[in-house]
Amino acid sequence: MPNVCLYFQVHQPRRLRRFSFFDVGHLHDYEDEAENRRILDRIAEKCYLPFGALLLQLIGEYGGAFRFALSISGVLLDQIERHRPDVLESFQRLAATKCVEFLNETDSHSLAFLFSPREFRAQILRHRERILSLFGQEGRTFRHTELIYSDALATAVEKMGYRTILAEGTEKILGRRSPNLVYRPAGCKKLKLLLRNYRLSDDVAFRFSDRNWAEYPLTAQKYAHWLHRIRREEAVIGLFMDYETLGEHQWRETGIFDFFRNLPGEILRHPDFRFQTPAEAAAAHEAAGEIHSPAFISWADEERDTTAWLGNAMQQDAARMLYGLEAAIRHTKDPDHLGTWRMLQTSDHLYYMCTKWFSDGDVHRYFSPFESPYEAYINYMNILDDLSRSIRGKKERHNDRETRTLSL
Amino acid sequence: MRILMFGWEFPPWMSGGLGTACYGITAALAGLGHRITFVLPWDEEAGATSFLNLVSTAGIPVSDADRDDGTETLIRRLTFRPLPSLLHPYLDPKHYQTLYLSKRRRFPETASVYGPDLIAEVIRYSRASGVLARTLSFDVIHAHDWMTVPAALLARRISGKPLVLHIHSLEYDRSGEGANEEICAIEREGLEKADRIIAVSHRTKRMIVERYAIHPQKISVVHNAVSQAEARQACRTEESGERKMVLFLGRITFQKGPDYFIEAASLVLKVLPDVTFVMAGAGDMMGRMIERVAELGIGDRFHFTGFLQGEEIERIFSLSDLYVMPSVSEPFGISPLEAMLYDVPVILSRQSGVSEILKHALKVDFWDVRDMAAKIIAVLKHPVLARAMTTKALDELRKIRWEIAAEKIALVYREAAPGASETE
Repeated sequence: MPNVCLYFQVHQPRRLRRFSFFDVGHLHDYEDEAENRRILDRIAEKCYLPFGALLLQLIGEYGGAFRFALSISGVLLDQIERHRPDVLESFQRLAATKCVEFLNETDSHSLAFLFSPREFRAQILRHRERILSLFGQEGRTFRHTELIYSDALATAVEKMGYRTILAEGTEKILGRRSPNLVYRPAGCKKLKLLLRNYRLSDDVAFRFSDRNWAEYPLTAQKYAHWLHRIRREEAVIGLFMDYETLGEHQWRETGIFDFFRNLPGEILRHPDFRFQTPAEAAAAHEAAGEIHSPAFISWADEERDTTAWLGNAMQQDAARMLYGLEAAIRHTKDPDHLGTWRMLQTSDHLYYMCTKWFSDGDVHRYFSPFESPYEAYINYMNILDDLSRSIRGKKERHNDRETRTLSL
Repeated sequence: MRILMFGWEFPPWMSGGLGTACYGITAALAGLGHRITFVLPWDEEAGATSFLNLVSTAGIPVSDADRDDGTETLIRRLTFRPLPSLLHPYLDPKHYQTLYLSKRRRFPETASVYGPDLIAEVIRYSRASGVLARTLSFDVIHAHDWMTVPAALLARRISGKPLVLHIHSLEYDRSGEGANEEICAIEREGLEKADRIIAVSHRTKRMIVERYAIHPQKISVVHNAVSQAEARQACRTEESGERKMVLFLGRITFQKGPDYFIEAASLVLKVLPDVTFVMAGAGDMMGRMIERVAELGIGDRFHFTGFLQGEEIERIFSLSDLYVMPSVSEPFGISPLEAMLYDVPVILSRQSGVSEILKHALKVDFWDVRDMAAKIIAVLKHPVLARAMTTKALDELRKIRWEIAAEKIALVYREAAPGASETE
């Protein structure tokens, strides 16, 4: 009996302010508060509030039959806790229905796993705590930033007690196998792997409003019909996309809200079809086989790898310098420094330095607050320089005090 | 089509971007099958012998480096008509006066034919061109910048053929608000009477529309390009040694913003005292610039080379770690493309046409000296950044081809002369 597994990623970075070399050592606030506030307010009005209300209404209409998952990054939680309690309440109302599973991820929407196992664990624990206290749910399913995944990552996640992990259903790991099945990550015993059906997911997330697409316009009826044609032996159809698809990536005028309003009814019209959250789907199905992914995969670009964040020398240099600060940051035992360092780990900062699409002039996929990837790198390195200086300064002051104490 | 081209300079005698552009455009148009009569001012005493030698032996003056299969086509489709004149690009009335007087001192007999001032010489050059236009047959007249406007207009009146006026720079770019009224009047007449206008950037098109109230539909934008032969043999850089070098290369005039470069240099030197700044070129602001460097007390790190040519330019590029073009008003600006050929990262002003097509360069507002300094520091401090920029820039250069510019120009010809046969 086929199940539809809907999961929405909710994330907005805390964008950095313009930080010139001449600001190093003088200014210590790194965020563009006004811009972040402006964008948060816009998305709240266009997406978070109206989509939250629609989902709540659908849950009410279909009783427990319409269910899905949300993964809200800690970076977005930071912002809505401070500025938009109404958005937080909208998510809490969804949590209260018991029809929404809240996933765990690295709190800072980071790539910590690739650089620091200790930091990776710390961020997951922090996110788990926040989700528990805000939404009353103990996380059972893990998804990594940008759906990055590998065998080693799966093993680490299993050790932390998770039973389900999500990844991109790419041919790179599947070969000719179906993405619509539950698998077991290589080397894991209890953890199950759910995959994103990227064709069906991207039909909504990317192609929905594309007038050059042969299937345009896409109706809920047509889409449900595609799902209903999937072979009955296949168990789980993973439709994973950004929450911001609704109203932000695809504007209200495209009809995306009407599409989603009609979707549950159209899918449930077929008596064999159900909605399940990732944890439910994993628990209900045996693993159909083992998946090997020695290299990292992700849901980004044609390449489905990590080159969007670590593909060029600037990105690698920036990441190296960032994680090179870890020991010194921990040594200060200063929660502000730690918080800043974590905020700087958000993958978006590295993404802005990507030169892949910039050359081709593909402006649609290049949404960055910077004029060029070079400016993004310069700005980021200036901030890291300032952070590293203020840690050193603190250490010196600390040493000064000790010296004074000794001389007394 | 048959083109009567009023152009400037051909290699190896080139003093700046206008000559490079005229050569690139002409060679690519010939490659597309157009037949071009290239009229250019020629200072007989200065180089007539060598020019005629080249023209008679090889057909066209090209240096060995540029010889390739295309050369033969070029020879067949290109006729040179040098006209004796003291005109050359980047002359201003004052500069012309000096040139004229020294000429009269050295060659009192021949010099008497030249006009006593710049405008007079431009008019005299146009009459000589008029004589030429009567004897030739062509479909379109293509002229480059204001000094050839009277010649082109006369040729248009005599032949009744359409004029395409190609604007590489305006008097406002060169002189700012201190623009010469007579020159502006000639520019205006050319822009109004031309059948079609080509601007080297959207920025220049905007200025033509705003300053001269020309209808935007009459203007096509065709960006300049890079010779692919050069793009192929790029990357011959020398090790510059321990000390990093930052280069300004261009005329030391109001238009090029040399003063902003110096102010940025002094900010950089406070942070990175071990950097050398080089200002290569000459111009009417040079004296003031030397004084300013002395005032700032950075003379030991700031060098003036004077006017550079040919191999000297190649050498200075290959020694540089960074090229800065802080132009106040740059219709296009071809030199950042040349810097990229030498694997040199580039910072350029947003007030330049070339910034419309270059992605792999850092951009600044010319007046924002702090931002300029901060970006200079960033490139010098982070080798990773410099390498990322130059690697991508070389890929970018291979796409900026004269052939593409020539195709766009041919389209403008077709609009101007719809009846003319395409090729011969």
